[in-house]
Amino acid sequence: MALNRDFVGRSYPPSAPYEVSRVKIREFAAAIGDGNPLYRDQAAARAAGYRDVIAPPTFPIVFSLQSGGEALADPDLGLNFAMVVHGEQRFEYVRPICAGDQLVTTATITDIRSAGRNELLTVRSEVTTVEGEPVCVTYNTIVERGGAG
Amino acid sequence: MAATVKYDEVEVGQEIPAVDYNVRRLNLVMYAGASGDFNQIHWNERFAKMVGLPDVIAHGMFTMAQAGRFVTDWAGDPGAVVDFGVRFSSMVVVPDDDQGATISVSGVVEEKLEDRRVVIGLTARAGDAKVLSKARAVVQLD
Repeated sequence: MALNRDFVGRSYPPSAPYEVSRVKIREFAAAIGDGNPLYRDQAAARAAGYRDVIAPPTFPIVFSLQSGGEALADPDLGLNFAMVVHGEQRFEYVRPICAGDQLVTTATITDIRSAGRNELLTVRSEVTTVEGEPVCVTYNTIVERGGAG
Repeated sequence: MAATVKYDEVEVGQEIPAVDYNVRRLNLVMYAGASGDFNQIHWNERFAKMVGLPDVIAHGMFTMAQAGRFVTDWAGDPGAVVDFGVRFSSMVVVPDDDQGATISVSGVVEEKLEDRRVVIGLTARAGDAKVLSKARAVVQLD
């Protein structure tokens, strides 16, 4: 089923603050097999000039989809989750994410389009600290296989 | 910290040698837990086949993370990555055996930007398939 184009341009309320913990960063780094000391050793991170351990570049995927998540689950959108695969992903950084950050994500559906038999939907998420300092912007494009066919 | 790679020592066209990253079912289970993405196509073979996939496939974000690791290991400082984007062009099928699959990542310096930044073009392959396309990272060098 084609996705409902009326959803393009819709923004969603900011997520509840996500607290970035050293433990979660270490768990994520272990899961991707990355032994970089800046992800797990506070002393190494401080020696490198950071306040605390920093997170790998793809870490925002852990929390950045929460704000738009409810939109994707809205029956009016018509998305069949069983057929969804990840199409594209991008992260633009103002600064690296650091343990102790309290991050708020605000999502907007920026695009819905067909490509062949598939439906593509892009969510842009702005990630800031609770104080409003911009940290990164993420772009998440999902593909609903066969959705347009 | 700053990247350990010096802007002045980098040339357009310079290649960054390939690194192989192994992925087995265990890695996908760990990644599901760490990322919160519990989509069954990444751990349940029965479900994956039911929705038309050849077998369990890796999370696209797991593959992207390996490409990210390639860039941050090259740059010397993960915080030097200011922009990182990919398109997932093919699936990484992960069989339920001791070998799993191998993601091979290589890079090339595509462009030198102002403010001592460079664009790294990335190639990621699993077997014969190019699993990422339009994969680029912008890195702030010293």
